[in-house]
Amino acid sequence: MSDMNLTLKVWRQKNNNDSGRFESYQVAANEHMSFLEMLDVLNQTLIEKKEEPVAFEHDCREGICGACSMVINGRPHGPQGGTTTCQLHMRHFKSGDTITIEPWRAKAFPVIKDLVVDRSSFDRIIQAGGYISVNTGQAQDGNAIPIEKDLALQAFDAATCIGCGACVAACPNASAMLFTSAKVSHLGLLPQGEVEHSKRVQSMVKQMDEEGFGMCSNTGACEVECPKEISITNIARMNRTYMGSVFGSDKTV
Amino acid sequence: MSWVSNFLTSSIGKKLIMSLTGLFLISFLVVHLAGNLQLLANDGGKSFNVYAYFMTHNPFIKTISFGLYAGILLHAIQGILIALKNRSAKGSRYAVSTGANASFASKNMALLGTLIFAFLLIHMGDFWFKMKFGAVDMVAYDGIDYKVQDLYDKVLTSFKNPLVVVAYLVGLIALALHLLHGFQSAFQTLGLNHKKYTPFIKGMGVIFSILVPIAYAIIPIYFFLFK
Repeated sequence: MSDMNLTLKVWRQKNNNDSGRFESYQVAANEHMSFLEMLDVLNQTLIEKKEEPVAFEHDCREGICGACSMVINGRPHGPQGGTTTCQLHMRHFKSGDTITIEPWRAKAFPVIKDLVVDRSSFDRIIQAGGYISVNTGQAQDGNAIPIEKDLALQAFDAATCIGCGACVAACPNASAMLFTSAKVSHLGLLPQGEVEHSKRVQSMVKQMDEEGFGMCSNTGACEVECPKEISITNIARMNRTYMGSVFGSDKTV
Repeated sequence: MSWVSNFLTSSIGKKLIMSLTGLFLISFLVVHLAGNLQLLANDGGKSFNVYAYFMTHNPFIKTISFGLYAGILLHAIQGILIALKNRSAKGSRYAVSTGANASFASKNMALLGTLIFAFLLIHMGDFWFKMKFGAVDMVAYDGIDYKVQDLYDKVLTSFKNPLVVVAYLVGLIALALHLLHGFQSAFQTLGLNHKKYTPFIKGMGVIFSILVPIAYAIIPIYFFLFK
């Protein structure tokens, strides 16, 4: 277990009205810690010194909840691909490194405090249509509704989205297209969700626009930073479904 | 018809306009290049001048050219509006940016587009404006019973100026980068992302973005060095 001495430049912001600034801290860590455990150590020392600990979001700490959300050295969830911050370990850094930690930056994700941002805009996109509006009853017997393997896999790949917002954080336009398209795809590809697919896509895109996210310019930064490696093929699917729904269906939302 | 305006003001609708106008302008690049390569014909400018006369006098071509001007303006204005909206949607920038997750071109389409637009102004000021409103000498050719403007001569003098040649090359590099992202991006926006076709579209995009600007660049370089 080798000890590491790190310099952290952490974004500190009291609340949404505060303009915010970087503060530097020294922290002693070891390579087996997760990134969040390293921040826990920092916070413990801050508490012992009667200083305000750094606010950051975390919940499951096993990479499946989407709570952790910070930009580490310019990359959402840090330098390791396909990984959430909580699953990023300190062995990916060297002793003596300076690590810059910032919150997600997007107008639609206002900072609540330090590294914590308000992601309820995502919740409202889901509320606009990211569900199946009838009671689907008990879980079906595995083979009661046959679904082609390829489709099931595509739907499942989209369904792995944990809604962390790294796509918005990575996007130079703060676009939420990867998130929204993942939700549209995972429901729309399966028979139970396909029924409302056409209306759902219009409702969710409308809400996404109202939340003030930017427009997709196909930079592909989102799929590079997505901890669940969700592909921008989902964005293309949403684009064509949306156009098909607007021009080809009798539905307007 | 509120559904139409809803669509055109939605994020996807705005991007669709960029995609369609972009593809239209790409098709123009091919036509314009094919015509202009006649400048390289060793006939004292006859084929180019006769072609230029046709392009400016054929009613069908003239109609299309208004569509082209509209396409350029729509693409440019919509592009700037989108870039401004996107910038404000991002709000503040990161202190550290790695640039690792997206290409330079994809993140700087508005900047590249502005460079191309500036180039277009120079380009049209130099040829189109002088052809329409300035004095270009008339010239007669054997076998053609009308006189045509000697645009070839105009090209000849313009490309003797090294500053003009450099401006053209800068404009073409910006165009190449703009196309490197824009070509395949236009298809993605249309929703055309397909296991079988996308690799082909991306490959075509790269070849097009490199070959077409190079072919255009040959013209000023050839005139500067050899004419």
